[in-house]
Amino acid sequence: MVMTSDPRPLYDRLGGKPAVDAATEIFYRKVLADPVLSPYFDGVDMERQVAKQAAFLTMALGGPNHYTGKDLRAAHAHLPGIGDEHVDMVIGHLAQTLRELGVAEPDIKAAGAVATSVRDEVLGR
Amino acid sequence: MLAGLARQGVELPSACQAGACHTCLLRAESGDPGEDGRRGLKPTLAASGYFLACQARPVTDLRAAVAGPDVITPARVERRWWLGPRVLAVRVRPRQPVEFRPGQHVTLHRGNGIIRVYSIANRPGQARRDGLEFHVRVYPGGQMSEWLAGAAPGTGVGLGVPAGHCFYLPGQPAAPLLLAGTGTGIAPLLAIAADARAAGHRGPVTLLHGAAEPARLYLGEHTPPGLAGAGIRWRACVQSRGEDIAEAAADELAAQPDPAAARAYLCGGRGSVTRTKRALFLGGMSLASINADEFAPAAAS
Ligand SMILES: Cc1cc2nc3c(=O)[nH]c(=O)nc-3n(C[C@H](O)[C@H](O)[C@H](O)COP(=O)(O)OP(=O)(O)OC[C@H]3O[C@@H](n4cnc5c(N)ncnc54)[C@H](O)[C@@H]3O)c2cc1C
Ligand code: FES
Repeated sequence: MVMTSDPRPLYDRLGGKPAVDAATEIFYRKVLADPVLSPYFDGVDMERQVAKQAAFLTMALGGPNHYTGKDLRAAHAHLPGIGDEHVDMVIGHLAQTLRELGVAEPDIKAAGAVATSVRDEVLGR
Repeated sequence: MLAGLARQGVELPSACQAGACHTCLLRAESGDPGEDGRRGLKPTLAASGYFLACQARPVTDLRAAVAGPDVITPARVERRWWLGPRVLAVRVRPRQPVEFRPGQHVTLHRGNGIIRVYSIANRPGQARRDGLEFHVRVYPGGQMSEWLAGAAPGTGVGLGVPAGHCFYLPGQPAAPLLLAGTGTGIAPLLAIAADARAAGHRGPVTLLHGAAEPARLYLGEHTPPGLAGAGIRWRACVQSRGEDIAEAAADELAAQPDPAAARAYLCGGRGSVTRTKRALFLGGMSLASINADEFAPAAAS
């Protein structure tokens, strides 16, 4: 169990960069295995994609992030037909990943709230 | 930098455009090509001013020249023979020994500025005795491959500096090794598998050869003689028989006692390498345990 009484961001409580890199692979695997989401990742460079996902997780977990709204807009602008349901699925996979890593529900909620806060950038609104 | 030059009408040779193949190697005569262009180069090359044009973001004005005789070893075509339909084995004898790790690739230079990358199919000891061996798929009109098919023994070629990260690293002797290659992508994998066993690798070693149709299995359906007795599992995957190399690789992974500990080497066409990488990742492997060489076609002559 990852302790919630510790005041540090979840990013640090999980174990910083190495732990988040491991979590990123679990998360990315879930996204790729999702029949609705996986077509969006056809033909993308997996290494580059993992680096982007790690930046996303770092942000959602309150770590030192360099992810900007502009990056998010640009990264998703060319994806046809993405909408709120896709964002919800991604946030669901994030929650499930954290659950598997023993993160407590209040922390999962908080990470989901950060991820949701960039919804408009992702959807280009 | 490559893209910038192309916009000005200057076409430099390139292939992977990802810093892997070294086709675009240049040497700075003055100015600073910047750190990005030197990443992944041998320190001795970087120290002599070499950089990769496809990765470079020059920090100053730059005068650069194509790779010169200091990094191109003169060599001769020694032997060539057909391994199968449109697949040629070529042995090339360098004037001085060329250092490489089994599984690496090297640029081949024709006198007229044509540069192509080929993976080395044999190991350093064999290469010292027989010359470096390549398995070359011959494309109709191929500037290098068709020329090699007609090159008489004794024909001169240049060899660049071997590069690439597809090679065996000792350290986890019990880990399952999965090696999957389509077409001539099997060539470097033969060298890596043999090297792993020679280095004392105890874990299961599985080689998968993917081909469009049975006739393209130029090493045959079963373990080639050179690897027999090394305890290597061989699996042919023929598309026209409905056998898919990515699925087969995932099956083989799932059959391992400890899939998460596996290491994989993938070579060949971009499509099959990408799909196999994805299948292995979904099967539980970390991307860090998967080494891949895409046999990207050359972008400009
Ligand atoms: C890291 C790396 C390692 C490589 N290792 C090997 C190897 O071990 N063995 C090997 O055979 N090749 C290998 N290649 C590919 C090789 O470098 C050449 O691209 C290939 O031999 C074709 O060159 P060419 O001059 O004969 O044909 P080109 O003159 O470049 O092309 C002639 C025509 O052939 C066709 N063609 C060329 N390449 C392809 C392709 N990949 N797929 C479909 N059509 C194509 C095109 O229609 C093209 O118009 C490797 C490439 C890379 C980047
Ligand atoms: S390294 Fe620059 S094109 Fe391959």
